[in-house]
Parts: sequence; structure tokens; C-alpha cells
Amino acid sequence: MAISGFSEKAPAAAKENLPHISGSDAVIRSLIAEGVETIFGYPGGAITPVYDSLYDYRDKINHVLVRHEQCAVHAAQGYARATGRTGVCVVTSGPGATNTVTGLADAMLDSTPVVLISGQVNSSILGTDAFQEINFIEITNSVTKWNCQVKRAEDIPEAIARAFYVASSGRPGPVVVDITKDAQNGMLDFEYNQKKFIRSYMPYNDIDNDSILEAARLINFARKPMVLIGQGVILGNAEQELREFVEKSGIPAASTLMGLSVLPTGHPLNMGMIGMHGNYGPNIKNKDCDLIIAIGMRFDERAVGVPANFGINAKIIHMEIDPAEVNKLVYADVAVMGDVKQTLPLLTDKIAKNDHSAWIDEFRLCANIEREDVIEPALIHKGPMLRMGEVVNAVSNVFKDAILVTDVGQQQMFAARYFRFSRPRSIITSGGLGTMGFGLPAAIGAKLGAPEREVCLFVGDGGIQMTSQELATMYQSNAGVKIILLNNEYLGMVRQWQELFYDHRYSSTELINPEFDLLAKANRIPYRCVAKQEELEDAIREMHETEGAFMLEVKVLKEENVFPMVPAGEPLENIRLE
Amino acid sequence: MEKEFIITVFSENKVGLLSQITTVFTHRNVNIESLTVSESAIEGVHKYTIRVCNDEEKVANLVKQIEKKVDVLKAFCYTPSEVVLQQIALYKVQRSRNVEELVRRHNVRILDIHDDYIVLEKTGHKEEIDEVYQMLSPYGLYQFVCSGPVAIIKQRRELMSEYMKYVEEKQKQIIKENNKQDLMIWQK
Repeated sequence: MAISGFSEKAPAAAKENLPHISGSDAVIRSLIAEGVETIFGYPGGAITPVYDSLYDYRDKINHVLVRHEQCAVHAAQGYARATGRTGVCVVTSGPGATNTVTGLADAMLDSTPVVLISGQVNSSILGTDAFQEINFIEITNSVTKWNCQVKRAEDIPEAIARAFYVASSGRPGPVVVDITKDAQNGMLDFEYNQKKFIRSYMPYNDIDNDSILEAARLINFARKPMVLIGQGVILGNAEQELREFVEKSGIPAASTLMGLSVLPTGHPLNMGMIGMHGNYGPNIKNKDCDLIIAIGMRFDERAVGVPANFGINAKIIHMEIDPAEVNKLVYADVAVMGDVKQTLPLLTDKIAKNDHSAWIDEFRLCANIEREDVIEPALIHKGPMLRMGEVVNAVSNVFKDAILVTDVGQQQMFAARYFRFSRPRSIITSGGLGTMGFGLPAAIGAKLGAPEREVCLFVGDGGIQMTSQELATMYQSNAGVKIILLNNEYLGMVRQWQELFYDHRYSSTELINPEFDLLAKANRIPYRCVAKQEELEDAIREMHETEGAFMLEVKVLKEENVFPMVPAGEPLENIRLE
Repeated sequence: MEKEFIITVFSENKVGLLSQITTVFTHRNVNIESLTVSESAIEGVHKYTIRVCNDEEKVANLVKQIEKKVDVLKAFCYTPSEVVLQQIALYKVQRSRNVEELVRRHNVRILDIHDDYIVLEKTGHKEEIDEVYQMLSPYGLYQFVCSGPVAIIKQRRELMSEYMKYVEEKQKQIIKENNKQDLMIWQK
């Protein structure tokens, strides 16, 4: 293999006492050396040697057999985001590999550390269109942070060490290690060294004190500042540092969808969520701000509307680990490069203790408007049908410390808006790619990663059918996920757009669903269906009291819309409350 | 406003890296005007010279995206005036007295002579190569091939060598920190 650093020749003097093992054993022992306990995967021809080795180590590594390779990646994502560790999946070549592409793309856009080990045909027949051969390296170039193909057994430990280092350091992301079958079958003298340095890869920038001083100066003089919290704060484990910064500066803070749960919902400086279906205050106030401090976020158009109009009267401080994100969409007046875990305390140290209560009152006024016009109508039962917001609210009342996992669509937005977070790492959702079907496998991964926490999955009737085969995985792996299936017999989010922007022309969004009770029963999952408000609380209590998995189907109002809403392609201040 | 830029990329010699780099361009629908790949003066490091025409902001972002690739050591962006650029062209043309006269006048090298055709070489800027092409065209040009430019930076500082020194320092620092950490774990 022609990567510098990979051994091109056998070492001059072979080290003594190294175990002489097969490549496939080396794969498993490398994973163990990285502290991996749970992996998600699906066996097949070109990866059978690894599965054979796995059999010997089944007391050390728990393999979760998914029912589709896409879900192996989503489950690994859920695991990674619940635990903060790298998620691992193993799949075979060809269709096994191509099935993972959606998952890899999702992990790429949401910066989730995932290592995918894929089998590949024998190196002697590479490039001959052999059975189940696909050029997986080429396919994954644009959906991975790094990838490599291993054709010799002796390169396996180095490749896996690099993969874990790249996936988890700097801005995390998915990594593919494609291992030919002959490399898995070959023999090597096994030695594993964790990687801490790759000369072509600098994941952490040198901290520039001048930028911190300049940022502190802007913060100290700002009259109407706002903090925007992105997922970078969670990825950097910097929740406490963020909190100290916000509390000392007294600056109101809003989160992106991915940054939710960094600040508890009830925190006095937490102004909610920014973006398309975010809260009224942070959206409307972005144009009044004179300073925006964006921390670990990338100005996605769903979060900032029209980047050119975002914070149009504000100076922007961008605290970011990835140099390629700075000035990509929104020009940063000051870029504070580096890991926020390190830069935030330095900044907090340099700023004056402050109080922006008059400015915060303006947010409170907005919150009052939103409460009257949007939140109360969404949460207070008017009947006869239940609505998504009130279901989320009722579940949140009972599951106070849960990890919220969502699918994609209306339930995702209602859950993000009305679920209350009390501790960090409490939301797992597909923010960047918006992958329907993400929810169920991600929830399984999250529950297996954090068995001590409750995991509540909100999923629509459309989304659950994209990956409903994973209900079997859930049973087999004994993952006690609480599924709240919000059934409106529509692809609700698309229907909402059709109603608002396409003159009520509901093209292919109505669903004639299977009987979900039978689906639950087929997969041996306790089930209850609710259609009336009187039964809701009792059903949620039953779900809470039931040990392990549960599916609660709630028949909700068929044509409900998520508000507030910023129409796509418009600036945030065009936010509509109805 | 679209302008011409020369991007130079220094990378590890990894299979498939060219495809990773071109993906950065295709993802943003930017056309590569020309591209050459060769070894660099640093052992084991390959150098890509890429010519693009686009607006400055977009190119600056492209360079950052290229540099983000794990196997890329460093990428630089220059305007044509900041570098010495040369490209090479070969012409296969019918033999005639006129052609031989042109050869002498335009500093064109003769590489191969046959009874009915000659192969010529011109090294220079794109404009010079185009000029020779125009002049030879009327005399029966059978084949023409032209490389992309290669570039050497005019400025005195060797940015890449400086960067490699920085990388070495960084490596020493990381190894030192890790040894300290390992020692602490060991002492516990």
C-alpha cells in the first residue's frame, strides 16, 4: 500500500514475541485495542474471515446484527452521539458496501465519528468486475472524511489506527477501511499502536491569542449580542465551558438543531432554537444583533436562512475547528480557530462580567408572542384529534432525562421544539442530510450505547416504514427503545409544503399504512394505540413503566403544520407564525 | 469576477488521491482548466499544479476544502504573476520550407524528422504555444498536444519547506505530550 507511514518493507529486525495472527484476527484485536465494545454490521462473502474471527472474541465485542447495512451506520451514529465515542460498523463488499452510502453521507454532514470496515474481493481480482466487487473507495470519496483500501495483512493495524484517529479527532467524521479478502486471510506479526499524529493531517489549529483578545473586545463592547450554539460544543465536550462563558457574559444564547441540549431548556439565557422552524426570538432578532458569536456551527441554510442576510447588522465571531468552514457561507469578522474546549475558557477569562437584561427582555417579548400565537395553540388540547406538539410535551413530562431521537419531518421539528432537555447529549437527529429512516436504527444504537438512559424515539408513519425491518434488530439486540409513532397518514412535512406553497396539491403524500399493531406484534414489541387525549397520559405511563421496548402509536391530526416557519430561501426575519 | 489562479497542492503519494482532489472541484461545479501531477523536491511528497478560472472567494474556499483532505499536506493559491509558469507543446506537422523557417524564427525545437513530417516542441506560455499553433496550421498540422502549466513560486521564502519544519516541530511536541500522558497513566 502506498501511504507513507505504512510499512513498505518488513521491518529489518522482526520484533520478538509478537503474536503471529491472521489479518481478520488483527481487525478484531485492533478494535479491542481501540476500546470498542459494540459493533453494528451484517456479514457476507468478502467479510466472512472477519466474522469468523469475531466468533472467537464474542465475549469481548458485542456484534449487533442489523437488517440492512444503511442501518448499521445509523446505529453506529446513534451510538457515537450518545456516548461520544467512535461508532463502528462492519459490512461486506458490493451491495453491503453501497447500502452504507446514505449512512456515511449522514455521518459526514453531521460530523459523526464512525469507522466502517468493509470487505473487498481478493486483491488479485480487483478491477475485474468480480462477484460483489464495487470500487468502494471511489464511491465513498465524497461521503467520508478519509478512506483507504488495505491489500496486505500487515497493513491492517496501521490502517485501523489511522481510521480511529482521523474519525475522532478535529472535526469528526466517517472513515472507511476497505480490506480485501486475501488481506483478511493473510498472516502478520500483530502489533497495535494508537495513532496520535499523521503528518498530512493537522486536526487542531494553533490557538491565536490575538483573535481571542479581539473577540473579547467585541464582546465587551457589544450592546445586542447573541450566542449561537452548534454541535461543535457537544463534539468538543465543552458544554460546561460554554455555560460558563454564557453566564459570565450574560449574553442570550440560541442553538441550532444540532446544538440543542447543550444548555438546559429552562436556562434563563437559553432563547431556544434558531432556523427554519426555530423560535421566534432568535430568528427575528438576528437582524437587530450587533454581534453574533457562532460557536461550533457551520451556518447551514436551514439554520440561517439566507447566509448573505444573516446578522446583517452584526459583527460575526466564528469559533470553529474546521478552517474550511470559516468564511464559507458567512464572513467572519473574527475567526477564533481551535477546539472550543480550549478556546472558550480563554475567551471567558478575557471578557467582563456583564448583564444584558434589557436586551434579553426583547427576546422575552418575542417569546410571549410566540407562546400566544404558536406554542399554546400547539400544546393545549382543542380536540377532537391529538396534535404532535401536545404528544411531545406529554412524553417530555414523564421522560425527564431521556435521550431524544427523532426521524426526519414534522415530528422531528415538533420534538426539537417541545421536548425539554435537562442534560447534554440528549438529542440525536439527522440534521444535515435529513435522512428519513434514520430514527429507529439511531435509537437502537443510542440505547445500546447508553443503556442507563431512557431513549425516546419520535418517528412518523412515513419514516418508520423506511427502516421498519430494524424492529427485528431491536428485539434481537434487546434495545429498550420507547417508540412514539406519530401517525397522521401523510408524509406530513412535504404535505405542509404542498399546502403552503403548491396550492394544496397533495401529490403522492398520502399513505395507506400497514396495521402498526401487527407490525409491533410481529416483532414482539409491546404496543398501544391512542387516539384520544384522555388516554394519552395513561398510555405514556404504561410505556414508562414497561421494561424494555415499547411502541406507542398516536393517531394525530392529519393536516397539522409546523410553525413558526421561515420559508426556504428567505431570510430569517420573514418568519411566519401561521 | 472570474480570474485565473494557480493552485499548488502538496500531498502524500496515495492511490486515489487525485480523484479526491477533483471531487472537490466537481462538487462545486468548478472546471479544472489544466492539471499536472509530479513528484516534488520533498521526498515522498507529490505536487499537483491546477489552473482554474473563477472568482477569488470561491477559489479560496476550494483551496481550504482541498487542504482539508487528510492526505493533503498543504495547498497554496497564486495569481499567474506570482509564479513562473511554463507549459510544453508538441506539434506533428508536414515538412515544408515554410515550416523550417518558422522553426528558426520562433525558437521551436525539432525533436524528430521524417521524410514527410517533423515533430516540433515549443516550451513557453500558453500565448506563445497558441501563436505557433496558429502559424503552423496552414501547413498541415497532423497532431497537436499540450501539457498544463507547471509553476515555481517567485517569492524568496520556501513556504512548503517552512511548513514541513512546522510539521516536524508539531510531531515532536505531540510525541512529548503523549509520553508525558503515558507516564502519568503509568504512575497512577
